[in-house]
Amino acid sequence: MSDSTALVEVQDLKKHFPVSRGIIFRSRVGLVRAVDGVSFSIQRGETLGMVGESGCGKTTVGRTMLGLYPATSGNVVIDGEDILHARGKDQLRIRRKAQIIFQDPYASLNPRWTVNSIVSEPMRVHKLFASDKERSERARELLRFVGLSPHLLNRFPHEFSGGQRQRIGIARALASDPLFIVCDEPISALDVSIQAQVVNLLEDLQDQFGLTFLFIAHDLSMVRHICDRVTVLYLGVMVELADRDELYENPLHPYTKALLSAVPIPDPRKDRARKRTILTGDVPSPINPPSGCRFHTRCPIAMDVCKKEVPEWREAAPKHWVACHAVTGG
Amino acid sequence: MAMTKPVLLEVSDLRTRFHTPEGTVFAVNGISFHVDEGETVAVVGESGCGKSVSMISLLKLIPTPPGDVYAGTVIYRGSDLLQKSEQEMEDIRGKEIAMIFQDPMTSLNPVLTVGRQISESLRVHLGHSHELAESRTVELLELVGIPDAARRVYDYPHQFSGGMRQRVMIAMALSCAPSLLIADEPTTALDVTIQAQIVELVARLRESLHMAVIWITHDLGVVAGMADRVIVMYAGFIVEEASVEDLYDSPSHPYTMALLGALPRVDRRRDQRLKSIPGSPPNLLVEPRGCPFAPRCDFVIEKCRQENPSLIQIGNSHSTACWVDVKTGAPR
Amino acid sequence: MNMIMESTSPNQPVPLNMEGLDTPPLTLSQLAWRRFRRHRMAIFGAIVLTLLIIYALAGSLVYPESYANHTDTSLRLLAPSMEHPFGTDSVGRDILARTIYGGQISLLIGITAVIIETLAGILIGALAGYYGGWIDSLLMRITEAMLNIPEIFLLIVMAKFFGGNIPEIEFIGRTFSGSVIVIVVIIGLTSWMYLARIVRAQFLSLKENEFVLAAHATGTSNAQIIFLHILPNSIAPIVVSATLGVANAILAEAYISFLGLGVQPPTATWGNMLDGANNYLESAPWLWFFPGLLILLTVLSINFLGDGMRDALDPRSRAV
Repeated sequence: MSDSTALVEVQDLKKHFPVSRGIIFRSRVGLVRAVDGVSFSIQRGETLGMVGESGCGKTTVGRTMLGLYPATSGNVVIDGEDILHARGKDQLRIRRKAQIIFQDPYASLNPRWTVNSIVSEPMRVHKLFASDKERSERARELLRFVGLSPHLLNRFPHEFSGGQRQRIGIARALASDPLFIVCDEPISALDVSIQAQVVNLLEDLQDQFGLTFLFIAHDLSMVRHICDRVTVLYLGVMVELADRDELYENPLHPYTKALLSAVPIPDPRKDRARKRTILTGDVPSPINPPSGCRFHTRCPIAMDVCKKEVPEWREAAPKHWVACHAVTGG
Repeated sequence: MAMTKPVLLEVSDLRTRFHTPEGTVFAVNGISFHVDEGETVAVVGESGCGKSVSMISLLKLIPTPPGDVYAGTVIYRGSDLLQKSEQEMEDIRGKEIAMIFQDPMTSLNPVLTVGRQISESLRVHLGHSHELAESRTVELLELVGIPDAARRVYDYPHQFSGGMRQRVMIAMALSCAPSLLIADEPTTALDVTIQAQIVELVARLRESLHMAVIWITHDLGVVAGMADRVIVMYAGFIVEEASVEDLYDSPSHPYTMALLGALPRVDRRRDQRLKSIPGSPPNLLVEPRGCPFAPRCDFVIEKCRQENPSLIQIGNSHSTACWVDVKTGAPR
Repeated sequence: MNMIMESTSPNQPVPLNMEGLDTPPLTLSQLAWRRFRRHRMAIFGAIVLTLLIIYALAGSLVYPESYANHTDTSLRLLAPSMEHPFGTDSVGRDILARTIYGGQISLLIGITAVIIETLAGILIGALAGYYGGWIDSLLMRITEAMLNIPEIFLLIVMAKFFGGNIPEIEFIGRTFSGSVIVIVVIIGLTSWMYLARIVRAQFLSLKENEFVLAAHATGTSNAQIIFLHILPNSIAPIVVSATLGVANAILAEAYISFLGLGVQPPTATWGNMLDGANNYLESAPWLWFFPGLLILLTVLSINFLGDGMRDALDPRSRAV
C-alpha cells in the first residue's frame, strides 16, 4: 500500500537486537524483535499518534526510522527520499528535513554546552547562515518561538526546569527548518500543567510552520487530544490504525479495547460506572513472541486459529485497519 | 456516608524543612488533615508540592540532618507519632502503618529472595515461627495475585516484571495487616493496563482487610476512580480538601481548577485547547508570604499577596484555602 | 527557510509569556568550584602544592644551578647548619640547593609524562569506546598486554636500552641530560592504560545518551561527536587521573633513579638524591630525609587535590 502523496512512508520496518551470552566467547543466543514489520504513512501537516505499552517497540520505531539505530530491514521514505540507505551528503540533506524530540529533558541536552551551542548546532552542521553571529540571532528567535527569553542563550541546561529544557529541545529540532518531527514521548517526564504548556506549544508550532508529527506516547488521553490518526502497537507489530475519533469511539481490536478501558477518566461517577476489561498476566517477552497472533496469550476472545496463524492487516471499516481474526474473520 | 467512622490518623500543622547549603527549603508548611478508618484519601499535587515529604514525615523517615520536622502533631490511635522514639516507631512501621513506593526495584533488596523479605517482616513484627512465616508468605503472594506462588517465593526481585514487583511490595506491606497503607505513587511507572490491575487489587484488599489508604499521586484520573476524599497540595500547603465527587463537580481552588483544565480526556472529543498554568512553581527556598499560588492565579486580588489564606470550610467536608469565591469571582 | 524568517504572520497564535530564569547565571565551573571549596583537605593540598612549586621555581633565584652542582670534598657529609640548612651530600654539594633543582626536574617529569599518557589514553579509550567492534577488541588487547607487563620491568628495560643514547637538551635556561626525555617518554608510555580504560568506559556509557542520539539526528559527524560532545562530559575522570598521574610519575622517577637507571648525576632529581643516600642511610640521614620528605609532601598534596577535584567534578550532583 504505497502512498505517493505522503510526506513520510515506512514500509515493513524491522529492528532486531541480538542477545549474546558468554564472557570470553560471545555467541548469539536470541533476538529481541523490538520492531517486527511496521508499515504506515503520514500526510503533510498531519499528526500520527503511536501508542502502546512498554516493550511494544514504539520508541524503537521512532529512532530506527530516522536511522539512529541501524534498521534490520525495511524502507523509510521522507519527502521522496530514502533515508535508511542514504550516505554522506545525501544523508545530511535528508536529516535536515527530519528531526526528533526526546522524552528525557535531563538527558537530551548536552550538559556541558550552552543553550546557544545546542540550538545552533543544526545550523552549523547544515551550513545555514554565514556566521556564528547570525546563527546566534536565529537561536534567539527560536527561543522566542518556544516561549523562552532570548537572554538565556548563554545559560546551561542544568539551570532550567524540565519543561523549559524540553522547550530548548524543541527549539533545537526547529533549527534546521525541518518538515517532519518524531516526538518520542516528549511530555511523559513532565508535570501535568507543564504537559499542557508543551502540547499547546507543539500545536502552535505545527500551525505556524506546517510541521508533520509522529507523536509517540503512552498517555492515551493526550494522544486523543492532539493526534489526527492513531495506531496501536503490541510487541513490535501494529494491531490497529484509524482516524482519531473512530479509534476511540469504535475500537475493534481486543487489545485496543482493553487499553482504552484501563485509562482512568477524571470523573468519579463515570470512571466507577465503567466496565473494565482487566487483562491478566504480563506482556510476553519480545525475544520469544507468542506464535500466531502475539496477543493471543492475554486475549479474552482468543480462538484456536489465533495461536496458529498471524492475522492479516485488513481494512475492517472505512480507513480503519485491524489485524485480528475475530474482527476480520481471517 | 451515613455512619461516621472513627478517626484513625489526625495530623495538625505539620511542618518540615530541609537545611541545605543553599538555604532552608520549606517543603511542608503547616498541613492538617485526618484519615478515617477504612477510607481512601488521595493526596494530589505536582512535583515539589510536598506530598511525598509530608507522608514520609508522618512515619519519621525523613533523614535528620538535613531534614527537620519542626512543628505539628501526628495523632495515631491517640498518641503522637512525632514524639515517639525510634524503637517505638519501628514497632509501628510495617505493622500498623505500611508504606509502598514508586520504584519497587529500589525498595526491595535485590540479593534476598522475596520470600525471605516477606517472612522476615512476619517473624520480626508478629513473632511467627519459621514454618508459619513461610506458609503465610505463600498465602500473601497468592492474595496479591502472583501465579505459581509456591515456586516464586524463592525468586529474586529482578526475576519479576514491574507490575509483579509492585504486587510483591504490596504483599510485604500487607503482611502484618496494617490499619493504614501509605502508597507513594505506586503506579506512576507502570503501564496503564498494569496500573488498572494494581488499583483494582488495592481496592479489593482494602475492602477485605478494612484498611485505610493514603494514595499519593499526580494523576487526577486514577484519583477519580478510587478515592473517597481528595487533598490537593501546592508549595507545601493544602489548598483544597473535598470528597471525590465534590472535587470534580465543583473545584473551589484556582489551582485545582487549573489542574483539571489541563487534563485531556480519553472519553470525549476534543473541544478546546488545554488550559495551561502560566509561570512556574514557587522557589521553596523562600519562606512563603501570602498565597503561594498568587503569581499564577486568574482570580488573584490584593489580599492574596499579603495574607496566606488558611483552609475555609465551604461545604460539608469541602474546604478550600482561597480568599475568592471562584464561582462568582468575589472575595469571600 | 523563508517561512521561518517571517516573525509575524496572519494567524500568529498568542505567544507564551517569555520565561526567564530568576537565578543568576551559574556556569559549570562555578558549580565545581563551590563544591571544591568545601573540601578542606583539597584546599590544604592545593596550598601545599603551590608552596612546593614556588619553592622549586623561586629557589633558583636564590641559588644558581652551578652552586647546586658544585662539589667540594672537604665539605662532604656535613649535618644541617646555618651555612647548609639541609646539610651536604657525599661529594660536598649543598642539599637544599639540589632539592630545589631536583624539584624542578621531578615536577617537570611529572607534568610532561602526564601530558603524554593523557593524550594517549584519551585517544585510545575514545576510539575503543565509541566505535566498539573490532577496533575496541584490538585496542583493548593491546592495552591489556601492556598492563600485564610489570611497569618497573618495562621501565628498567627501556631505560637500559635508551639511556645514554639521547643528547642533551636546553630548556628554560637549563641543560638537561637526554635521560630526562627518556624517562618522560617511558613513564608516559607505560601509564596510559589506566586512563584508556576509564575513558573507554565513559564513552561506552555516554554514547547511548540521548544528547548523543540528538547529535546523530542532527547529522553531526563522528569526530565532532567524539571530541565536542562526549569528551567534554568525560573531563572529570580525566582531570582526576591526570592529577594523580603527576604523583605517580614523580614516584616512578624516584624508583628508577633509586635503581640507578634514571636521570644521571650531576643533574639532580629527588629520586637520584635518594639513590645517593643509599650507603649513608643511618650515618647521614639528612641525605635521604629532605628529598624523601619533599616527595612525600608533593605526592600527598596531589592526592588530596585529586580527591577534591573528583568530588567537585562529579557529574552526578546536578544541584549544588
